[in-house]
Amino acid sequence: MTAAAYNFAYLDEQTKRMIRRAILKAIAIPGYQVPFASREMPMPYGWGTGGVQVTASILGRDDVLKVIDQGSDDTTNAVSIRKFFQKTAGVATTTATAEATVIQTRHRIPETPLQAGQVLVYQVPIPEPLRFLEPRETETRKMHALAEYGLMHVKLYEDIARHGHIATTYAYPVMVAGRYLMDPSPTPKFDNPKMHRSAALQLFGAGREKRIYAVPPHTEVVSLDFEDHPFEVNRFEQPCALCGAEGVYLDEVVLDDRGGRMFVCSDTDHCETRQAAGHRGTMASPIAAGEGGRRAD
Amino acid sequence: MPTDEAPLLMARGVTKLYGHRIGCQDVTFDLHAGEVLAVVGESGSGKSTLLSVLSTRAEPSAGRIEYRMRDGVARDLFRLNEAERRLLLRTDWGFVHQDPREGLRMGISAGGNVGERLMAVGERHYGRIRETAIDWLGRVEIDESRIDDTPRAYSGGMRQRLQIARNLVTAPRLVFMDEPTGGLDVSVQARLLDLLRGLVADLGLAAIVVTHDLAVARLLSHRIMVMRHGRVIETGLTDQVLDDPREPYTQLLVASVLT
Ligand SMILES: Nc1ncnc2c1ncn2[C@@H]1O[C@H](COP(=O)(O)OP(=O)(O)OP(=O)(O)O)[C@@H](O)[C@H]1O
Ligand SMILES: [Mg+2]
Repeated sequence: MTAAAYNFAYLDEQTKRMIRRAILKAIAIPGYQVPFASREMPMPYGWGTGGVQVTASILGRDDVLKVIDQGSDDTTNAVSIRKFFQKTAGVATTTATAEATVIQTRHRIPETPLQAGQVLVYQVPIPEPLRFLEPRETETRKMHALAEYGLMHVKLYEDIARHGHIATTYAYPVMVAGRYLMDPSPTPKFDNPKMHRSAALQLFGAGREKRIYAVPPHTEVVSLDFEDHPFEVNRFEQPCALCGAEGVYLDEVVLDDRGGRMFVCSDTDHCETRQAAGHRGTMASPIAAGEGGRRAD
Repeated sequence: MPTDEAPLLMARGVTKLYGHRIGCQDVTFDLHAGEVLAVVGESGSGKSTLLSVLSTRAEPSAGRIEYRMRDGVARDLFRLNEAERRLLLRTDWGFVHQDPREGLRMGISAGGNVGERLMAVGERHYGRIRETAIDWLGRVEIDESRIDDTPRAYSGGMRQRLQIARNLVTAPRLVFMDEPTGGLDVSVQARLLDLLRGLVADLGLAAIVVTHDLAVARLLSHRIMVMRHGRVIETGLTDQVLDDPREPYTQLLVASVLT
């Protein structure tokens, strides 16, 4: 099949207009989950059809698209989505965060700070942060309408009671613009501070759950916590073994079956850019040779 | 029992119809701060219906209910907006269900169950929430060591006591109870009643207690309302009504012919 068989970016113009209206509403009410008529996409739901529909609706011919999954540009999921838009929209793609105008992501926010004019599109599996505490949708809607969010703190209370600290490390709940409780999707809490007052527009699409929400540029995003158990980001004991970066999110990579392992940047673009600039970690040379510093996955 | 003040709750002509069937009809009474009112009557007489309307869980078909808020101003309960109504429900009121599973979060620890209302009104200090929860567990005779267990691991009597603690932690002024000792063994019932009586007296709580059991009414309440076919047929001080019932129906109830 040729690209000509599709409308630009796959979705028909009427659908894109409908999704854009939902996006505009979401931007107007930061953190509020706007229902939309999610369409079937030629990929399974687990692949981020919500994010794909949002991206399809905002892409223009001049956009430069980056797609990441777990911080990496070359996992199957990231590669397929990138190819999908290359084929259906013919847009330029990149792995460089700074060059992208639209970045679709699952799990991570790039380490390179985002700039005004960039759009970060999140693929969201479960948009409702109160879902596991209150399964009744009529009730969670009411809680959002009345900003009754005490229950979310009950969850954090349970964490501390059980583990001695807030053990939630992914999908860590945030308050957006002091009004709506929001699930940042399965990003690590490490990335929560990056959402706060980001210069970029952040859009969230949940395909199966048919919800879109947004954090407009420069919006307050505050992670929930207790006075005596303040929010803390994950800390890593050592720098990236490849590029030596500190203060970035690291993945553990198992090297062999004898317990050998190393910690490397989860953001592969960030890591490669640093290595290209001459930064070296403790294990850089042997791995970097022949692989250009990119870890295998 | 103070009676000089304006009433805490005023019900006037409260009626609830389910289609053509009468839930309750034309119920009028005042409840004062610190007063415990028992609502008795046979099965189907409208006790639960009345309680759910009074507590705004159901809308009346006719009549008016006013409640004197903490600022002293009496408000028509069905003119409150939803936010005000829900705030009232989780701060100044309590609701104790017969089945504690309806009033507890079964997947959340006892501490979390007790702490929920505190967090709902903005408490954000874990240590204080925990201390208050421990204090309340003690007051309902649950050992501190059980604070991190979920109610699933509790006996029926413990669950009921936990439900009570969860309701009382925000120092409500009015508690609704629907057959609070209903599902429990007789010996467990006695202990719970004792505990309830102590708490109600210590805290100066007003309460409306629906019960089949006249012994419960006798032990807990100052006043009693006898319902039949949705209407209040006799009302008065509990001891007077139970010792010297006027209505033939009440006489039958007291003689334990009806249950
Ligand atoms: N949801 C409902 N729909 C229709 N009819 C109802 C409903 N709830 C109660 N009723 C009817 O209203 C009347 C009063 O019922 P209610 O449950 O208030 O009685 P009760 O005094 O609490 O009885 P019990 O002691 O058995 O709990 C009964 O005739 C009952 O069948
Ligand atoms: Mg009943």
